[in-house]
Amino acid sequence: MSFINYSTREINCKVVYYGPGLCGKTTNLQFIYKRMNPEARGKMISLATESERTLFFDFLPLSLGEIRGFKTRFHLYTVPGQVFYDASRRLILRGVDGVVFCADSQLTRVDANEESMENLRGNLREQGYDPERLPLVIQYNKRDLPNIASLAELHALLNRRNVPEFESSATTGGGVFETLKAVIKLVLIDLKRGGRQ
Amino acid sequence: MSHGNFILREPEYEALLSILRKLLVDASAKVVFLVDKNGTLLASAGDAFGFDTTSLASLAAGNIAATGGLANLIGEKEFSVLFHEGERDNMHLSVVAERLILVVVFDRRSSVGLVRLRVRQATARITTVMAVALAASDAESGGFEELTEADIESLFR
Repeated sequence: MSFINYSTREINCKVVYYGPGLCGKTTNLQFIYKRMNPEARGKMISLATESERTLFFDFLPLSLGEIRGFKTRFHLYTVPGQVFYDASRRLILRGVDGVVFCADSQLTRVDANEESMENLRGNLREQGYDPERLPLVIQYNKRDLPNIASLAELHALLNRRNVPEFESSATTGGGVFETLKAVIKLVLIDLKRGGRQ
Repeated sequence: MSHGNFILREPEYEALLSILRKLLVDASAKVVFLVDKNGTLLASAGDAFGFDTTSLASLAAGNIAATGGLANLIGEKEFSVLFHEGERDNMHLSVVAERLILVVVFDRRSSVGLVRLRVRQATARITTVMAVALAASDAESGGFEELTEADIESLFR
């Protein structure tokens, strides 16, 4: 649900990076933070454990310039990927306008990806969203590692809706901004439709 | 459940601002914020320059969401008031009109009791304004139907 303030001429949208534990959601945000013009980004907040696993969420606010006289602000969040943090994931999905599903391409993580995608769909439904219609982009991360599943396999397993999909290596940044740009576009197209599902 | 955009028009925004300004004075607070439960700042009053208001809004929403989760575990709907006591400054957070969070930062020139009293009064007024704002928001289209591919692309140049 985007928030439009006519008085301050601002549009605020929320994008959530979702996916299994250690798939690279936080790394995506860290790369965006490092590469964005400091004037276009705010402070990145990470609520993480001592071993740097996301405990509650990471948060990165971006200001992308103006559209039709309105400043556009995107709030990027990650969820904790570990299975037992489901309550936190549900809370973070509240008010979401678009989702990036970050998949781990490694063969050993195929099941974890599927489980996380199912979990996303269930949690969206629980929050009153239609998982078939919410703006969604899929990112196949860790393409630089050995022993990875083929794109065709990952597509067949995860991309039933045939949404935009990107290969990436979040540690080096490949595909990170392409993914971000795609989800922002989908969110704005949804805003144009009035954001109603 | 509709996820239509929430559009805040100028008259309601100004009404909310004036309630916050009055609360600031009445509660002898340092700064007052109104945040939505999704983590976006709606309005503030007082000296907000020293604060990272974007982070504050996101963390306040996270705080209310997490304690809401705790509340559910003991069979409560939510904990509608939170109070954080610091060495110098304190923070009072309360859920308003179901979807907003009113954050009051104050120091020793005020007290929890006074803040709580004034927040209760402001809450009633904010609830009234929000009812109008939500009805108006449902009737608004947002004015973005004309948004073109070129408008969207312009953000990435």
